[in-house]
Parts: sequence; structure tokens; C-alpha cells
Amino acid sequence: MHPALSVIAFTNLSGAGYGLLFLLSLGSLLQFSWGQDRLVLGIGIALALGLIALGLLASTQHLRRPERAWRAFSQWRSSWLSREGVLAVFTFLPAGLLFLTRPLLDSAGWFPLACALLAAVGAAATVFATAMIYASLKTVRQWYQPKVPLLYLLMGLATGGPFLALLLSFKVGGSGASYVAAGLVALTWLVKRGYWHDIDRASPAATLESATGLGRIGKVRLLEPPHTGENYLLTEMGYRVARRHAAKLRLIAQGLGLAAVVMLLIAASIGPGWGHFIFALPAASAALAAAAAERWLFFAEATHSVSLYYGKAA
Amino acid sequence: MTSLPRYPSEKKLGLVIDLDTCVGCQACVVNCKEWNTGGYPAPLSDIDAYGAAPQGAWLNRVHAFEVEPKDGNPQIVHFPKSCLHCEDAACVTVCPTGASYKRQADGIVLVDEDRCMGCGLCAWACPYGAREMDPGVGVMKKCTLCIDRIYNEALSEEERQPACVRTCPTRARHFGDLADPDSDISKLVAARGGMDLMPEMGYRPTNKYLPPRARREGRTGEAPRALEPANPEGGFLAWLDRLLSD
Ligand code: SF4
Ligand code: SF4
Repeated sequence: MHPALSVIAFTNLSGAGYGLLFLLSLGSLLQFSWGQDRLVLGIGIALALGLIALGLLASTQHLRRPERAWRAFSQWRSSWLSREGVLAVFTFLPAGLLFLTRPLLDSAGWFPLACALLAAVGAAATVFATAMIYASLKTVRQWYQPKVPLLYLLMGLATGGPFLALLLSFKVGGSGASYVAAGLVALTWLVKRGYWHDIDRASPAATLESATGLGRIGKVRLLEPPHTGENYLLTEMGYRVARRHAAKLRLIAQGLGLAAVVMLLIAASIGPGWGHFIFALPAASAALAAAAAERWLFFAEATHSVSLYYGKAA
Repeated sequence: MTSLPRYPSEKKLGLVIDLDTCVGCQACVVNCKEWNTGGYPAPLSDIDAYGAAPQGAWLNRVHAFEVEPKDGNPQIVHFPKSCLHCEDAACVTVCPTGASYKRQADGIVLVDEDRCMGCGLCAWACPYGAREMDPGVGVMKKCTLCIDRIYNEALSEEERQPACVRTCPTRARHFGDLADPDSDISKLVAARGGMDLMPEMGYRPTNKYLPPRARREGRTGEAPRALEPANPEGGFLAWLDRLLSD
């Protein structure tokens, strides 16, 4: 599948934003000491919502008729893309109210707690809905996988976590948060390796024999494609460039995302005072870069059943 | 609404495509483009149409495959493909805007082009590659089963068929109601063992494909008869040959 830059930017930026929002809301809900800190919470929520807004903006770049994007809120009964839109916008409400009541007004009581709970649930639900857009497509066997929703959720935490460590590096020295973030990152890449293992062994979604119904006669091969040039189906779904380099790219993504980020996070938690920040900043950036590489592969390695009709594997 | 009709549609209008008789002449492809660039989904645009890299939206394309039986010669099969108007059409349910829908009355799957935002998700959801983004207008295009012909009372009775069916010179394409077991095309499907494409996807396509008929007994893999020699030896022909060669 064609790895569109707008979709990669969208899913990664909003994923990191929702991951950060989730962790901050959880910290506030469970009344961790940093979760009570007005500065951490204030900057954090603003950063998270900024990342999400940037991501949503990028996503409209993927539309050929962006002026009609508002219609996408209407079909939540059947469409995961619509559900995602509804949830994304809904989550701004409790997140905004949490921002208002805690860091700004410093109010106590059940209301900010309820906002924190709703923001956390909304963040998780939005990322889950994003994942289900892909995980519900039977046509792409690399996406129609049980690990895909889990991976989107984890990747959100693994990119949001380093941002939380970065925020806390100013304040608390951040040791605990860095360790937790490092753990989330390691877990994410472990599951990702499992996912790669799965898709490398999964059987194709269909065969040219079943796609043409000619299997009862014998082995089928493409003799002549229906036209000599390119078409939408080929540019959108027949993307093949990355597959040649998939193994190398997987290594790079893991080197960057797993090894570099975990080491930087550990360095951030044991380093001297200023070291927290010095190491947490590249950790957060590397996590985002690795997530972009991972998401690029998620598209580039995916094959669509229509490729069969053009003589390619699916 | 992009939920599918709750009950199976009363009618299931669709096509039956005969892989035995299709000769791959592309007439249906051209007539489809011609009709639809002026009809319901108009325009059906192309970019760089006369340039070095032409590209455009088409609702029907004909592939050619070679199928090789275990014993016997390979066969060429021309393979027209357009929307199969599936019963479990995920292309409809994934659509976030309500632009894609399946009609309760006749089962036809359509796109409301005034609602489509051009996200392309429905094309991802179609296993068969039956939806193409219009490069000019930026909305999704697909086969409408020529709703602007089949119900069009301004046309004569025999013209009220999809353009591809009407134009096919070998009558490899048939149109009708597949929900009615007594319709001509339902009988054709029953008689010829009409089949679904990619049944494992579970989309339950309405359109059916008729498999190529088996080759006639005793004619598979038979070597062609040798021609008579160009330089005959002896007899009348040799005499004539000598006479004419001088
Ligand atoms: S063939 Fe494709 S576009 Fe047509 S109804 Fe089936 S899934 Fe939808
Ligand atoms: S491209 Fe148009 S018809 Fe297809 S899913 Fe998107 S909005 Fe719906």
C-alpha cells in the first residue's frame, strides 16, 4: 500500500499526542505527585493537544475534497474512520476542561477527576479506532491482524512516554517516568517483532486461482494487464518499492526506536541534574522518528488483494 | 447511510460474465467509458490523455490470463472486471461520509459524488479493485450498473441495459435479476456453474462468472496436421512443379 506522508504524519503525531494525554490524565486521576504539578500538566496537555491538532490537520491533506471532511462525523454506526473522527473531537472536551480546572484554576474535587478519566478513555478509544480502520480490512492481510490495534495503542504510549519523561526532566528529575517510558518502548518493539513474525508467515488473503475462479482448470498467470500505463489501483495499492529493503528498514527502526530510545531514557534517569533533559530530548525525538519508520513500513509492506489481478502476490 | 440494507434486497441486479465467449476486444471497456463520461458519474476524467503517461478513471477493465491445465495446452482467458455489487460490501460500511451506499430496492452499490470527500478508504476495502479515484474531480468512481440506462424510459426497451452488455459483440455479458431464480441469467448461472470471485473474502458478490467450457474430447494437446510438402516428389504435382519452376 502506498505510504502517504500525510497519513504517516497523522497517525504518528496524533498517536504520540494521545499517548501523552493518556499518561497525563492517568497521572492526574491517580493523583501521582507529578500528576498534581500544574506546570507539568499544563505544558503537557497543551503539547499533547498541539500534537493531536497537527496530526488531524495532516490527515486532511490525504483527502481529495477536504472541504467535505465535516461529513466524516456522520457514519459512526458503521465506519471506523467516522468513529475515529467523532472520538478525536470528543476527547478535546474533557482534555480542555482538565486543562482549565487543574493547571489553570487549580480546582479540586470530583470534576477534574472525571475529566481526567474521560480524557484517558477518549485518548485510548481514539487510537483504537484509528487502528481498527486498518485492522478491519480483510483485503490487506498484513493489517487484518489481531496485534494491529494493540500495536497502535502501544506505539502511542511508546512515543508519548518519552515526551512525559522530557516534561518531568525539568521538574522531578524524572527517573521513575524514564524507566516506565523505557519499559513501554521495549514492550512495544517486542510486540512489533511478534507482528513481523506473524505477517511473514501468514498465508495470502487469496490466490490468483481464487480471484479468477480458474483454479479448477489449473495454474493461472497474468498474460496481459488491462492497460499499459499506470492507474489509481496500481499507484495506491500496488506499492512495491520498500519491500526490497524491508529487512534493512526493520533493523533501522528497531535500532533507532528500541536501542537508542531505551538507552537515552536510562541515561536520562541516572544522569546528573541537567542530564535528564539533555538525554530526554533526543529520546523523545528518536522515538518519534522510529515510529515514523515503523508506520512507513506498516504501509509499504502491506499488500492488497487487487495486486493479484496485476500478477503480483497479495 | 453507509450501513448495509437490513434485509436482503428484493432484487439483486447484476451481471453474468461468460469467460468462455469473451474475446478480449475491449468494446465494453470503451463503451462504458463513453457512456459514463457523459452519464450519471460524469465526468470520468483522464489526465495527460494524449501525453506520455496517460492515466484515468475507468469502471470496467479487461485483463488476460493464461491458465495451464495439468495435462493439455495452456488456455487464454479474457477477464472483464467491474464492480460486483456485493451483498456484504465493506466498501459501503467503511465510508465515513455516507457517500457510499447499497440500494435496498435493487442491490446496486453507488457513490453519492456530492458527499464523497475523496479519502479512498472504500477502494482499500474492495478486494476486486472495482473503485477508482477520479483524478480530475477527486471523488470515488465505480460501476453504477448504468442506472441511467436500465430505468431510462426515454430509451427503447432493448437499450435499457448496461452499456457494456449492450455493446458486447460476442454476447459475453448478461444483465438481469439474480434474486429471481426464474430470470434468464439465473438459469444461465445454474446451467453453466456460475461462480463467485474470491469467495474466501466473504463479500458475497452478486455478479457471477461463467467458467470456460471444457475443451472438446480428444482435442487437447493434439499436434496440428502437417502441411503438404512444398517440393512434391513424383506424380502429377511434381511434374507441375517442375514445369512451373523452369
Ligand atoms: S466489487 Fe468492490 S466496489 Fe463493488 S460492491 Fe464489491 S466491494 Fe464494493
Ligand atoms: S472515497 Fe468517498 S465514497 Fe470512498 S470512503 Fe471516502 S468518502 Fe466514502
